[in-house]
Amino acid sequence: MSYTGRFRVWRGDTDGGALQDFEVEVNEGEVVLDVLHRLQATQTPDLAVRWNCKAGKCGSCSAEIDGRPRLLCMTRMSVFGTDDVVTVTPMRTFPVIRDLVTDVSYNYAKAREVPSFTPPADLAPGEYRMQQIDVERSQEFRKCIECFLCQDTCHVVRDHEENKEAFAGPRFLMRVAELEMHPLDVADRVPAAQEEHGLGRCNITKCCTEVCPEGIKITDNALIPMKERVADRKYDPLVWLGRTISRRR
Amino acid sequence: MTTSARGVDAPGRAQIDARTLRADRWWLPPAATTAGLLVFLVYGGVRAFQQQYFFADERYLTPFYSPCVSLGCASEPGAAHFGMFLPDHPLIPYAALSLPFLLLFRLTCYYYRKAYYRSFWLSPAACAVPEPHATYTGETRFPLILQNSHRYFFYLAAVIALINTYDAVLAFRHPADGFVVGVGNLVLLVNVVLLWAYTVSCHSCRHVMGGRLTHFSKHPVRYRIWTWVSGLNTRHMFFAWITLGTLILTDLYVMLVARGTIVDLRIIG
Ligand code: SF4
Ligand code: SF4
Ligand code: FES
Ligand code: FES
Repeated sequence: MSYTGRFRVWRGDTDGGALQDFEVEVNEGEVVLDVLHRLQATQTPDLAVRWNCKAGKCGSCSAEIDGRPRLLCMTRMSVFGTDDVVTVTPMRTFPVIRDLVTDVSYNYAKAREVPSFTPPADLAPGEYRMQQIDVERSQEFRKCIECFLCQDTCHVVRDHEENKEAFAGPRFLMRVAELEMHPLDVADRVPAAQEEHGLGRCNITKCCTEVCPEGIKITDNALIPMKERVADRKYDPLVWLGRTISRRR
Repeated sequence: MTTSARGVDAPGRAQIDARTLRADRWWLPPAATTAGLLVFLVYGGVRAFQQQYFFADERYLTPFYSPCVSLGCASEPGAAHFGMFLPDHPLIPYAALSLPFLLLFRLTCYYYRKAYYRSFWLSPAACAVPEPHATYTGETRFPLILQNSHRYFFYLAAVIALINTYDAVLAFRHPADGFVVGVGNLVLLVNVVLLWAYTVSCHSCRHVMGGRLTHFSKHPVRYRIWTWVSGLNTRHMFFAWITLGTLILTDLYVMLVARGTIVDLRIIG
């Protein structure tokens, strides 16, 4: 089945822009990215859209469809009615470059702020041994394709530009959790999670989990467990007492 | 920054007039959450201070009055299992020893936090819908930094769940008829099982049972408990809501039987 779909696509750059209406052919089995490519091929050869794998694995095609952060290549046209107007905009948390392409360097800056994997000093590469059940939790977080949809949707930075300085965002707080839970990482990441990466700003409202295309339970499995570890260290006098006593022994 | 240049309107971001382009009914979940929580708060508030109809058939004690430790509990002989020592005052609920902590347990619960931040505080009301507040510091400052005390309320809630279990078990014994089973027993039992499910599926419980470990392989028992709690934890929101419902229904049942509006059906005895 083929029909003429109605689209509103944001076009512009840092100086301004607007939603523009288009009518484009839509065929059975297509995703939004297919239609944008047809738009490029037939009407707007200069439409800027970032993509790479068209398989939901590279994390390049992040945008917002009808106001919701989504991957363009994983949003099937079949979820819309043939009469619906499909609105496509760039991610609204990051500075726009042109059309659907945004500057995501905030995320790279935050990635660099997380100290890398720190194995025990007496282990050489190749000597790492670990049990599957010990790495399992970290492995869930390795599914991340770095699409930054979670960063885009998180209200801490989406609604408050000034928080970008102090808040690493769900993707990188999850990275901290991944290393903290890793059986061979010896760095102490708990105080930094709160003080440097801004974990306290997350109010566990789960929008990151809601939009993650990889289905990672970011809030339940990374953010809340990290909040509990921070509580162990900073806000729980009993745990603190227990640690102090056992260290003295 | 002026109000108009906040958030999605901040300089550099794509200039789009609508603050959200979501066209679905995103306001429905927060509205339903607000309504649901208000119903429970109003019902619970009224019942906690009513000081009447809390003990039925000489054996059913409603969870809203457990443990019954006020001198006022004397009006229903057999309702107080742990002594009576709080003054009988209209502003002191008979279960003043448990209710405030149960309230704080739910208030600091990770799920309810999400629920009321979204519904009452609109922070955010729904994903990618701008929140109305000009500034935001999350849970970094007083009073919200106190949310970090959740684990303590979990410990207390576990103790109170034990008391509720004791009540449910004791309700099988009628002072005159001995061992009996009525519909009310099943009501109390279902309620207490679900209360346990809610309490045990708590994120702090998950952390305490094993989540805080780095090497599960060195703690096989705690790993198994953690795995089991993690399974329940995925349904924590479900248990949070279902227990609000069963608490109201259980209390309503006891109240109606106590008032003589309905008769408790005896299955055995
Ligand atoms: S759960 Fe926390 S990190 Fe995730 S979107 Fe909400 S506030 Fe942001
Ligand atoms: S955690 Fe999920 S939403 Fe966030 S960057 Fe990774 S894949 Fe994307
Ligand atoms: S193009 Fe690679 S994730 Fe969409
Ligand atoms: S009771 Fe909900 S997280 Fe603890």
